[in-house]
Formats: sequence, structure tokens, C-alpha cells
Amino acid sequence: MTDFRTPRSRAQGLGAAGHGVNHWIAERVSSVALIPLVLWGVFAVLRLARSDYEMAVAWLASPVNAVLLALLAVVSLMHMHSGMRVVVEDYIHRKLTKAGLLLLNLFVCALFGALALFSILKVALTGGAY
Amino acid sequence: MSDVSKTIRARPTSPHLQVWRWHLTAITSIMHRITGVALYVGTLILAGWTIALAFGPEAYGTYMGLLGSPLGKLVLFGLSFAVFFHLAKGVQHLIWDTGAAFKLPLANAGAVATVAFALVATVVVWIIAAMTGAL
Repeated sequence: MTDFRTPRSRAQGLGAAGHGVNHWIAERVSSVALIPLVLWGVFAVLRLARSDYEMAVAWLASPVNAVLLALLAVVSLMHMHSGMRVVVEDYIHRKLTKAGLLLLNLFVCALFGALALFSILKVALTGGAY
Repeated sequence: MSDVSKTIRARPTSPHLQVWRWHLTAITSIMHRITGVALYVGTLILAGWTIALAFGPEAYGTYMGLLGSPLGKLVLFGLSFAVFFHLAKGVQHLIWDTGAAFKLPLANAGAVATVAFALVATVVVWIIAAMTGAL
């Protein structure tokens, strides 16, 4: 079989995609944002641990609490999505398993992000279950 | 002849999991990843809390009951340690990302500080929880 393509043509598009830097920077940016958010989150959990349903709803009705909790959830999910992606890429080398786990990772993070955001908005805007 | 035999030393072995001499920076490095995976579950638990709250008083009561059970408290205790460990080690990684603090004494000091901060912060948080009646 004769291959009429030049070596350059065969290599084109197979090299560095140039996307790695974005992923790397996004991980750092989310980790910096998470430092204050997580410390606030620990404080919030300490407070919510002794709250009943009404107190928790009243707590989430505060715009500051609702927005910070939403940010904590979304930035955490973005951060853990990129972290778990690297873990899968490091340890799983079978193509289909890897693709499946990467999809599962993305879908779990997106699903829980949507559920958490909707739930926070619902409680904050309507004052609970009604 | 005897001079030659004296100069022969043990050849360096290839770094591999079985022959690797564990040191603090390596242990805290893999712990960073392990706590990160643990916090994956922890974040889903946090998201579950918002969902339970949105479902209403009954679901919220059930969810809080689960978190307040002995097993739930054990999980939360482990997660609190994971939070503080991952936070401290993450800060060391951010410092490393600037290209600073790679010298061995500094790297080791950072690893010691990470473990110390994680242990102290975890204990402090649970003492506060006990004192404020959150337990």
C-alpha cells in the first residue's frame, strides 16, 4: 500500500490540542475561589447542624446565604469535575471504560448542580415546601 | 583488587511502588487525591441536603436523621478532616504553582503544616459543634 500523504499531513491535528492550559487554569481559579467559600461552608454547616426545618428555610431565605451556598455548590462541582477527570485519565486506560467514566463524571456533576441550584432557588424564593 | 570491591556500592533502584521509600511529601500528595475523591462524595451529600430541604419537612427530617446517626457523624467527621487536609495541601500546591517553595526543607515543612492544620482544625470544629449543641 502506498501512502501518498506527507508526514506533516499525517501529523497535523494529532499534536497538542492547546486546550490543556484552559483546564489547568480553570482548576486553579476554582481552587482559589473555594478557599473562602469552603471556610464559609464549614461555618454554615456548624450553624445548620442545630437547625430544624423552619430555621434552615429561614437561613436560606437570606440572599447572602442563598448566593454563597449556590456558589459553593457550583464551584465545588466544577472543581471536583475537573479533579475526577484527571483521576480517571490517570488510572483508566481502556478506551470505552474511560469514555464511560468521563461521561458519568460530567453527568453526575451537571445533574447535582442543576438539582442543587433549583432547590436553593425554590427554598429561597418560596420559603420552603409550599 | 580490594580497593575496587570497596568502591562498589548498592546500585540505585528504579522508583516503583514496591521499592519506594515513603516520605511525607509523597504521602500527603496521594492523600490530597484521596481526600479529593472523598470530597466528591461530600459535595454530593451537601447537594443532597439542599434537595431534601426543597422536598419539604419530612424529607429534610429523614435526611438530617441520616446525617445525625452514628454512621452519618462518622462520615461527616471524615469529611471535615478531608476538607481541611485538601484545603491546606491545595494551598501548598497553589504556592508550588508559582514556582516557589520547592526546596526540600520547605516542601517537608508544608507537608507537616498540612497534616497539623488538618488535625487541629478538625478537632476544633468538632469541639465547637459539641459546645454549640450541633452534635
